[in-house]
Amino acid sequence: MKIAFSTNGTNREDLVDSRFGRAERFVIIDSISDELQVVDNIQNRQSSQGAGIQSATTLINQGVGAVVTGQCGPKAFTLLERSGIRVYPCPAITIAEAFRQVQQNKLSATTSATVEGHWGEV
Amino acid sequence: MKLAIASGKGGTGKTTLTVALAQAAQAPVQLLDCDVEEPNSHLFFTKGDSKRDVVTVAVPHIDPQRCTHCGLCGDFCAYNALACLPTETILFEGLCHSCGGCMRLCPHQAISERQQRIGYIDQWRHGQIDLFSGVLDVGQAMSPPLIRAVKRHQQADKLILLDCPPGTSCPLTTTIHDADVVILVTEPTPFGLHDLQIAVETVRQLNRPVAVIINRSDLGDQSIHDYCRSKKIPILLQIPFEKRIAVAYSRGDGLLDALPGLQPQLALVLNQARKLYRENLT
Ligand code: SF4
Ligand code: SF4
Repeated sequence: MKIAFSTNGTNREDLVDSRFGRAERFVIIDSISDELQVVDNIQNRQSSQGAGIQSATTLINQGVGAVVTGQCGPKAFTLLERSGIRVYPCPAITIAEAFRQVQQNKLSATTSATVEGHWGEV
Repeated sequence: MKLAIASGKGGTGKTTLTVALAQAAQAPVQLLDCDVEEPNSHLFFTKGDSKRDVVTVAVPHIDPQRCTHCGLCGDFCAYNALACLPTETILFEGLCHSCGGCMRLCPHQAISERQQRIGYIDQWRHGQIDLFSGVLDVGQAMSPPLIRAVKRHQQADKLILLDCPPGTSCPLTTTIHDADVVILVTEPTPFGLHDLQIAVETVRQLNRPVAVIINRSDLGDQSIHDYCRSKKIPILLQIPFEKRIAVAYSRGDGLLDALPGLQPQLALVLNQARKLYRENLT
């Protein structure tokens, strides 16, 4: 399974970023082949709204099975959930550590958005 | 003349003043309540027969049978309202600005136009005053299309008063961008001054003539006066705090009910605003 981590770094020793839609990029690790892939999220950081939607779309199209991030809003969460992707809220620890915790079932997936939408809507 | 009455924040007496100006005009007036998330101009009038028009915007409807999931519409939408997933394309209505782009762009004719209700406009006539009150449906995030619909009722031969939404973002600029004069209602407090400064910046960026009315003018300091002098902003009226006004408000009565003697001063405000408008034309 491919696991995506929101981050402003590029490798396993960098930290998980609390932002999802406005993270600089995603590091994606394939838990079977252990391959690492970096996906930019820069374009999104400049959009005035709906950044989380585009980030979620990107990750869904990358075929990831899980997302590790700090905060995930309702729209992005809805998209990820519909696509069967689990969302793991996570503090700012290294990607390597977060990856280990997911594999050892030490992080638990959330069943709802972890933050509210930007205009108070859901 | 299109006269917009605004304030950086709520609670400065903007609506009361707008209604009083309409009553003081003694001429045909259109009062457009553009504060569509909380319209309350109408509360100052007795309810009569009203006419209600529903307001809609065009949003895309995606035909799942035709969509090939090519992703073009999602890449195109500047507002990120479309999510193109591998097996479905999802619209987030609250983010759509009805630009119509995706409907024209889809190479597979999978997107058609659908009318989505966002609110309604109520109309009343009270003597010489025609009141138009825009009401945004609960849960709707996008007020500018409704504000534009309210403004489409403007008739150039009448005095038009626009009761503006609070804040200084899109709803306000949608309301005032073509106003002839903008009056900012403020209070002489540090917060009042701060909000006023931000509002003045916004109005001046739009190149509209600006003037100020100070409410509860005897309760604070001179900082608003100093600021207006330094920025060459005319102060058209100062309304002192009066218990009679507060009592009238609490009963739902208007400013002129409490202080009928204010009528000539309000009429003068309208004349001064007309002068500002004419100066701006030359
Ligand atoms: S452009 Fe048309 S075909 Fe392509 S994803 Fe959008 S709706 Fe589907
Ligand atoms: S109409 Fe415009 S804003 Fe609305 S979804 Fe289509 S492209 Fe986006």
